[in-house]
Amino acid sequence: MPADEVIDRRKHVPVREQEPSERVGNFDEVSYGYNEEEAMKEAKRCLNCKTPLCIDGCPVGVDIPKFVTEIAKGEFDEAIKTIKDKNNLPAICGRVCPQESQCEKLCTLGMKWKPLFIGKLERFAADHEKSDVKPELPEWNGKKVAVVGSGPAGLTAAADLAKMGYKVVIFEALHTPGGVLIYGIPEFRLPKSIVEKEVEYVKSLGVEIRLNEIVGRTITIDEMFGQGFSAVFIGSGAGLPSFMRIPGENLNGVYSANEYLTRVNLMKAYQFPEFDTPVKKSKNIAVIGGGNVAMDAARTAKRMGADHVYLIYRRGEEEMPARREETEHAKEEGIEFKLLMNPTRIIGDDNGWVKGIECIHMRLCEPDESGRCRPEPVQGSEEILDVDTVVVAIGTSPNPLIVKTTPGLETSKDGTLVVDGYTFMTSREGVFAGGDIVSGAATVISAMGQAKEAAVAIDEYIKSKE
Amino acid sequence: MYRIISKTELAEYTVQFDIEAPEVAKKARPGQFVVVRIDEKGERIPLTIADTDTGKGTVTIVVQSVGKTTGQLCSMEAGGTIRDFAGPLGNPTEMVENSTVVCIGGGLGIAPVYPIAKELKSRGNRVLSIMGARSEPFLFWEDRMRKASDEVYIATDDGSKGKKGFVTDALLDIINSGVKVDRVIAIGPTIMMKNVAKTTKPYNIKTIVSLNPIMVDGTGMCGSCRVTVGGKMKFSCVDGPEFDGHEVDFDELMARQKFYRTEEKDAMDKYTHEGGECKCLPTRS
Repeated sequence: MPADEVIDRRKHVPVREQEPSERVGNFDEVSYGYNEEEAMKEAKRCLNCKTPLCIDGCPVGVDIPKFVTEIAKGEFDEAIKTIKDKNNLPAICGRVCPQESQCEKLCTLGMKWKPLFIGKLERFAADHEKSDVKPELPEWNGKKVAVVGSGPAGLTAAADLAKMGYKVVIFEALHTPGGVLIYGIPEFRLPKSIVEKEVEYVKSLGVEIRLNEIVGRTITIDEMFGQGFSAVFIGSGAGLPSFMRIPGENLNGVYSANEYLTRVNLMKAYQFPEFDTPVKKSKNIAVIGGGNVAMDAARTAKRMGADHVYLIYRRGEEEMPARREETEHAKEEGIEFKLLMNPTRIIGDDNGWVKGIECIHMRLCEPDESGRCRPEPVQGSEEILDVDTVVVAIGTSPNPLIVKTTPGLETSKDGTLVVDGYTFMTSREGVFAGGDIVSGAATVISAMGQAKEAAVAIDEYIKSKE
Repeated sequence: MYRIISKTELAEYTVQFDIEAPEVAKKARPGQFVVVRIDEKGERIPLTIADTDTGKGTVTIVVQSVGKTTGQLCSMEAGGTIRDFAGPLGNPTEMVENSTVVCIGGGLGIAPVYPIAKELKSRGNRVLSIMGARSEPFLFWEDRMRKASDEVYIATDDGSKGKKGFVTDALLDIINSGVKVDRVIAIGPTIMMKNVAKTTKPYNIKTIVSLNPIMVDGTGMCGSCRVTVGGKMKFSCVDGPEFDGHEVDFDELMARQKFYRTEEKDAMDKYTHEGGECKCLPTRS
């Protein structure tokens, strides 16, 4: 660094983004990310705390001060190696992790000023990586592990186990690997080329991915043990969409967020009819929910050309579970927030098409056990919004297929798998699980954190059997 | 990639393919389906499994050309490959013993009802089959159905083969002849299944139908295939595809099947405009 360069620690280096007016017309990534100069400048803000708290905030325990220092020195190849030591999917995490409630929340800089933009630096390091340098792999230890699902949990468990010397086979039900990273998170937030690159990295570790194989149907967990797998990791996520159970939900024009996003992301309906899968081009659309998935659906609808996109949420903006960055981006793009409102019925025309949604206004009362305010309907405050499409984004639960076809798997009442808190082993010996199938719909990084712990436990379990 | 081992023109607009998919062939049971995607840009469509050959590792599907994707599929030849072929999906048909079962296949529905009839007969049930079509050129697999059944009745809309009329007329003939029917399994156009269910209701004969709503993934993830059965929301792909016909809201299903009518037409126009080969069955409704 030039001797006269002054570091202003108070201000972070802003990230360049596509202008809202421009980006609502395309599916390109919103954020451009840092260039080398910007990344080094931001990295130099790091205080290199004696006891770095940021690492505690990272579910996979990345050595944050080390990689940040490496970026500050311009040692970008070293930086990515440091990150990949703990995190197999940094280009993804740098984009979709809720850093503001994890590493960045604990950053000492943030106590007085803006915290270090750790996520953006992670993304920079990952994107900067020129050629994928394959880590040195140990020799095959003669054991095989099966992984169910190629989403964040499955890819992480597979990569970690491969690095330990296991032969890993991932069974994926869809035609493209990546799980929610491919079908759920839109291109403008996580380009699919980035997911492909990360999947290629996992494959370069010797992991085999079998597509179009539905566990429970094409092959069962019990058959896997018969085929010589020593352990199974289930990372099949929470893919079953919930509906509101209000009148009119089966009208034409009503989608689950999963369907709406799958059509657009996985099946590329935004390029219809170049691609064969269609999605409705809506004029006015209501998205129900306040999480990241609701934001993704609303912003997708805007890009598909809707005039009005209403985001209907029964609590206030403060209570929204979506990341702040996502709600801000949504607002910039013209998504109309209808807060403290709850749908009561969807109204159809004579041909079975949506023509409106009736909502009731809500008010917040005392906090419930989760610490959030419980909303209550305001009697007689119903209002009808004219919409031709409704997207329900109120959550998902685990697909029951694996449980149904695997005797002895214990589940909780919400359908998630019951696992040991330390080993992530299910009620079936040798069968482990992690991610949304265990915790219910949560974040990419928490799924990865659980998968990492499970991978260690699987290694211990298999060794204990020798 | 999944190779097309053989192709047979079965009837008007109707083609049989034997696809090399040993994993699917090994596990498939009557009543289950596969999700097929022809190429990189293709959509995922559900097709019911019509037969399997575990020795050769093949799965038989029968496709009727009714739109862009099915038209494109029907124009493919043996030796060609299909990008994705996932399955088997859905629940297998519930099997019964010591029963008299009427198996009804309407049009393309003959294909999926065939393995069910075959399995029922191999378990010692008395199988009476009804094959229906708009006219003779649309009928296929009569020989197979005869082998899989104790008796076969044929009904065509125009009387060009068998009895003139609908499958429900043939069904009523059987019921009125005094045969004690324990169960009816009907697969075909939604309107046909609706009418079969309506016919059997007064006689209180258990009636199973196999629904064909629009699907995307076919694994329970999108909810596109939701249907109302017994007043409850069900996902056809994972809760079905077979349901009690007396409980299904057929009118809702028929409305939902029209969700993408406009887009389907646009896709078709673009396909044929670009020289795509398609001899498609004109829709009637």
